[in-house]
Amino acid sequence: MDSIKPTKMDKVVLGVIFTLLVLLVVAIIGPLIYMVVASFMEPTALLNKGLSFDFSDYSLEGYRMILSDDKIIGGFLNALLYSSVFTVITVSVCVFAGYPLALDDFVGRKVIMTLFIITMFFGGGLIPTYLVVKSLGMLDTIWALVIPGAVSVWNIILARTFFRGLPKEMNEAAKIDGASDFTIFFSIIIPLSKPIVFVLALYAFVGHWNDFFQSLIYLENQDKYPLQLVLRRILILNKVDPNIVSSIKEQAELARLSELMKYAAIVVSSLPLLVMYPFFQKYFEKGVMVGSLK
Amino acid sequence: MQQTSGITQNKRPEARNRIGLMEKLRYIKNNYWLYLFVLPAVVLTIIFKYLPMYGVLIAFKDYSFRKGILGSDWVGFHHFERFFNAPNFEQLLFNTLQLNIYGLLLGFPVPIILALMLNQVRKAAMKKNIQLFLYAPNFISVVVVVGMLFVLFSPTGPVNKLVVAFGGMPLSFMSEPEYFRPMYILSGIWQGAGWASIIYVAALANVDPELHNAATLDGASLLQRIRHIDLPTIRPVIAIMIILAAGGIMAGGGDKAILMWNEMNMEKSDVISTYVYRIGFQQANYSFSAAVELFNTVINLIMLFTVNFIVKRVNDGDGIV
Repeated sequence: MDSIKPTKMDKVVLGVIFTLLVLLVVAIIGPLIYMVVASFMEPTALLNKGLSFDFSDYSLEGYRMILSDDKIIGGFLNALLYSSVFTVITVSVCVFAGYPLALDDFVGRKVIMTLFIITMFFGGGLIPTYLVVKSLGMLDTIWALVIPGAVSVWNIILARTFFRGLPKEMNEAAKIDGASDFTIFFSIIIPLSKPIVFVLALYAFVGHWNDFFQSLIYLENQDKYPLQLVLRRILILNKVDPNIVSSIKEQAELARLSELMKYAAIVVSSLPLLVMYPFFQKYFEKGVMVGSLK
Repeated sequence: MQQTSGITQNKRPEARNRIGLMEKLRYIKNNYWLYLFVLPAVVLTIIFKYLPMYGVLIAFKDYSFRKGILGSDWVGFHHFERFFNAPNFEQLLFNTLQLNIYGLLLGFPVPIILALMLNQVRKAAMKKNIQLFLYAPNFISVVVVVGMLFVLFSPTGPVNKLVVAFGGMPLSFMSEPEYFRPMYILSGIWQGAGWASIIYVAALANVDPELHNAATLDGASLLQRIRHIDLPTIRPVIAIMIILAAGGIMAGGGDKAILMWNEMNMEKSDVISTYVYRIGFQQANYSFSAAVELFNTVINLIMLFTVNFIVKRVNDGDGIV
């Protein structure tokens, strides 16, 4: 490719493509940069002047409020707990299930796989699922958030695809030596499976961390709210915790504080993932790729 | 295409097809650990996926929690009739269809174009960096994305500052019904297009560079090569993604619509998912809500099979179902 010189026209096309890509990158990071800069600004200055680079307009008050807000800290810790527990459960369940399904001679493979696949196309829906969760007494507990969604057919397929790619010789040798499937799985397969376990764990954690809907449906007690639901109150329902503003009576001040908190809340809640994800980029991409292999 | 891997299992004519019941039982006995491994997933699937499918029966009943699913009284298609005759039925249906169809028409080609453009970036490091930025919004939560919309497009926000600077009046982007669809769809593209392009970028990596060389020698321009070499290569992937998108399988549901919905913009923002949420969870009208949802599921399935049929026709017999 590089040996052949591009024509003038091709160079123009390439130039256009490159310019478009740069514009897209700007369109994507522009709003993010705005959020970060705005989060350091005094809300009245922001309201009157817009973004400014005059440091006298800067203030850390938003961050101070966010970091001293029990609801946000609590939400953060709740989310950490829910997402971690969910990750452990879903990854174990899916990796365990993916292994037998990857074996060619596994009796019942077709039936079990069909059982899983059907659920990708058809489901009972929100309300019937809610009623099942309710009748199991899981409402308003962590279990409602970590158990019903634990089986991900997509993750099982990812795991299965990975296991299929592993060399089979060692299994067979171990089997001949009289090792049980349990021993084979834990002493041979699992040590080789760190990459897939890592990919699945990343997906599960990020997905659960960013989800608000399950907790919206299943949780009632506000002390159990994960971060996303707390954010929803601040960002979308425009509600500031009355405890914070109990001393401040004025409506205008309340509005000012709610504006102030928004930017800092957006930055504080999104930054950890945005900063961490470049280090894991190749694993995330791998997840998409592995799944696309037949 | 991930979804296909399960359906089109490798069709090796294994001897297993011919082994008898006794041998199967012996296999199960000898390999019981394997069955214990799949057991948790199977049990959870039955409880949380199949039990709710059975629970759909409440759409045909007058459900009361005390009587349970079986004990509640049958009402036949009463809830469906009530929904079809509801004054907002047409509005809900058209809002849902329009939001999804416009979303698909506008949103579907973007990742493909993006991938074709990225494929032209020859420097690997440069490409990586661009991708890094393009994928970033995928890691921001829906709540934060909608929160950002409220902040950026508020009457005093930066976008309206621009509008005013150009001599316009501030627009109520988040409460005027007309703006709901553009805001919903464009923010969706902003958040998801980069990530959705990964699969096409991967497919484009399979293009044989020799094809490009040969075509260039024959005088094909860059655009011609993209059109006649790159695009046909990713065509099967595109076909599968179209089917999945049309079936709504990839859609995570109406989470975002629920966040963006408010009483002021509900003329356009009220879609089936927001309606189900409202009547189901805020009014605890379980049976009616389940009926509305079942109707939605059936529409999705019909869409899936129809598009699958069409794609099969134009794609040399390759669909997903």
